[in-house]
Amino acid sequence: MNIVAPKPETASVAISIEERRPQRANPPKATAESLDFWYGQNHALKHINLTIPEQQVTALIGPSGCGKSTFLRCFNRMHDLQPDTRYGGAIHLRPDNVNLVGPEVDPIEVRMRIGMVFQKANPFPKSVFENVAYGLRLRGIRNRTDLAERVEKALRGAAIWDEVKDRLNDSALALSGGQMQRVCIARALATDPEILLFDEPTSALDPIATAKIEELITELRTRVTILIVTHNMQQAARVSDFTAFMYLGELVEVDVTSKIFTNPAKKATEDYITGRYG
Amino acid sequence: MAATAELTLAEIRKGLHWRKQLDKVFVIVGLLVLFSCLGLLAMLFLDLVHNGAERFGWDFFVNFPSRKAERAGILSAWVGTTLIMFVTALVSLPVGVAAAIYLEEYAAKNWLTGIIEINVTNLAGVPSIVYGLLALGLFVYTFGFGQSVLSAGLTLALLILPIVIVATRESLRAVPKAIREAAYGLGATRWEVTKDHVLPYSTGGILTGLILGLSRAIGETAPLITIGALSFIAFLPPSPVSGEFPFLNFEWLKSEYTAMPIQMFNWVSRPDQAFQANAAAAGAILLAMTLLMNAVAIWIRYRFRKKINW
Amino acid sequence: MSQATSRQPQGGFASRLRYRKNRDRAIELVLLMAGLVAVFTTVAIVAILVYESSFFFSHVSIGDFLTDTMWTPLFSDPRYGIMPLVSGTLTVTFVALLVAIPLGTIIAIYLSEFATHRLRETVKPILELLGAVPTVVYGYFALLMVTPFLQKLIPGLPGFNMLSAGLVIGLMIVPYVASVGEDAMRAVPRYMREGSYAMGATRLQTALRVVVPGAFSGLAAAYILGISRAIGETMVVAIAAGMQPTLTFNPTEPAATITAYIVQVSLGDLPHGSIGYQSIFAAGLVLMLMTLVFNVIGFFLTRRFREAY
Repeated sequence: MNIVAPKPETASVAISIEERRPQRANPPKATAESLDFWYGQNHALKHINLTIPEQQVTALIGPSGCGKSTFLRCFNRMHDLQPDTRYGGAIHLRPDNVNLVGPEVDPIEVRMRIGMVFQKANPFPKSVFENVAYGLRLRGIRNRTDLAERVEKALRGAAIWDEVKDRLNDSALALSGGQMQRVCIARALATDPEILLFDEPTSALDPIATAKIEELITELRTRVTILIVTHNMQQAARVSDFTAFMYLGELVEVDVTSKIFTNPAKKATEDYITGRYG
Repeated sequence: MAATAELTLAEIRKGLHWRKQLDKVFVIVGLLVLFSCLGLLAMLFLDLVHNGAERFGWDFFVNFPSRKAERAGILSAWVGTTLIMFVTALVSLPVGVAAAIYLEEYAAKNWLTGIIEINVTNLAGVPSIVYGLLALGLFVYTFGFGQSVLSAGLTLALLILPIVIVATRESLRAVPKAIREAAYGLGATRWEVTKDHVLPYSTGGILTGLILGLSRAIGETAPLITIGALSFIAFLPPSPVSGEFPFLNFEWLKSEYTAMPIQMFNWVSRPDQAFQANAAAAGAILLAMTLLMNAVAIWIRYRFRKKINW
Repeated sequence: MSQATSRQPQGGFASRLRYRKNRDRAIELVLLMAGLVAVFTTVAIVAILVYESSFFFSHVSIGDFLTDTMWTPLFSDPRYGIMPLVSGTLTVTFVALLVAIPLGTIIAIYLSEFATHRLRETVKPILELLGAVPTVVYGYFALLMVTPFLQKLIPGLPGFNMLSAGLVIGLMIVPYVASVGEDAMRAVPRYMREGSYAMGATRLQTALRVVVPGAFSGLAAAYILGISRAIGETMVVAIAAGMQPTLTFNPTEPAATITAYIVQVSLGDLPHGSIGYQSIFAAGLVLMLMTLVFNVIGFFLTRRFREAY
């Protein structure tokens, strides 16, 4: 791989890049092909072409209003819950090549295959156990032993099992913000999603909780493909393998994370990275 | 030379003093009006209780109406009211909650939804006697239910339907959007989201709405008169439970009946002064029932609001 | 290590999903039908009133109905002029408004602009409770407490009269006007009041010059809906105003309102299909139209005041 010295302007971004981060993309898990999206008359996403490699972390960055959350929510058809929304183009999910935004595809089915973690932790006002088990119950898993086993697996996967194993029947709302968010991650993991979407998952959390979740995300990618939206560039640099920069509804540039943050190809990207505009 | 309209400080103070006096006068007027209205009403209620006091007693509750004022009681009236309220609740709760769920969770913003919403609002303003006319034509004659407990219950259920719908919608709305999003995100269908997450946390508000509706229904006289509630009922509707198979019957639904407000109306309308005490007693009891139900509803609303801390 | 496993939904998964979706659709239909009950009720009200009135109007010309000065459908020589009933309704309503609008507005202004938070929070639930008192109880007050009192003030006042009924109905809707009016005034944004106070206005001046005009549509809605309730009120007039239809606007006389007439007929024994029976539907139709007009105006005013802020 070319080792290019970071441009002086970008060096001011305090980042630590690990050299052992892969510089090559895995086979694609999902591909957005000329994806368009409209809120009523507002053309919010314009011809986005982006490949999401499997079992790696792709981050979406960009200034407020650039459409990164809008793009993320296309993957699990959350937009279908609002009136007057329209998709164009396609997002093909491998290996069966189903078009996630196709009108013939049922959004419920999409949401059963793609998981999401939201900006503000939103556990149900139920016990920790019932929170994580909910997705499993939707799938018809009733057997108490099966449920218990899979709930434990999910909570371990979210690195929170030790903290809640004695409190499984207590309300999830009694946990701290960071713990609630990890329970929400466990809830999403429990159903073995093919892609896990993170919508600014730590923006409401303190630095310690944030660090725990970032560590978790780095670990999780060996098991599930991750797409994360963040407005915190340093987080994107810490956590992701690939970063895509969006601006005003368009995809400006996507590349290996280290390259985006040290030697971006487009000027717009560089201006954003160096803080010329937020 | 500019002609200024500046006032001297003294003039300002004088004007201000005058305006402040007016202010104080209004405070006195406002308090006076408020407390005289409330006081007047309190006085009337106390008078009611006082006038009816001579009738209060066990006998009053277990006697049938009679031509002798001292012996006339409200047995058939309160039994009738209870049975009617039962039917009213049984009909208005499912229909009202279902309609509210449809409007809040399912309905798209189209013309059909608009029509339903306009109708709900409009029905809340229809005079209760018009509900009586509707019931007379529809339930009593067209459907053939006759002058029965069933007709009365259905009429009042329609009358309080807007109350139940509005209260239910409000409590559905109070459930945060984030909870719904989390459930949809896991692949739940709309009904699963509603049944597993939205309805359970709305039960307090729904119950409050139902009780407020029933407290309104309990005092309604005009529609019942219109569909032919009689007031000299010296019998009780047949009991729903009997000693022989199938143990439960529905004869009571078809029975003629009377109700508390009807009985009071009947006694008030009599020229015989002795019955005024009966009317007062019945009125006091009716009032107590209404206030009690309202208090319970408010308490439930308060309790449920504290329970869930989003 | 890539996920080579196919992620096609297995057979069980797909059929369960189909079941869930079908269930969802069926339930949606049931819920829609519940919603349509409201529409059905309105349609049924209109249909029944019009249907029965149509029989009535096949015997009585609309001209007579609207202009005849006597309403005696049950006499051997029946007259079918609705004006006596309308005059009764309007007189009672007018008296009620004379009480309810000033008192209700003053209370609303006081609660909104002058009262302490504690007073307001104590009084508002009481107002709500007062709205829940059965009207038959108010009827008792009118006949047996207010009328005797008025008879001392106005010698020769008959036992049944529209004044008692009107005053009590007015008192009855004061809490409603006060409550809705206060809500309307609270909805006026703080910055408007602050602009007035900053110029040295007193609370009363701010209330009268800024808040009341700002809350105008809400207040008007409160009045209009109060009118609608007064028009539709039945029990107070049935008990205290008498049941003699008389074309008069003098509140010291007894008279019958539209609602009282319907009660009177219902108390008696009328064969289904007789003209007396049909006459209550005709009267009901007129009542419905009157309240509808006011409800519609009130609805648009309410919407305007909600949208304004």
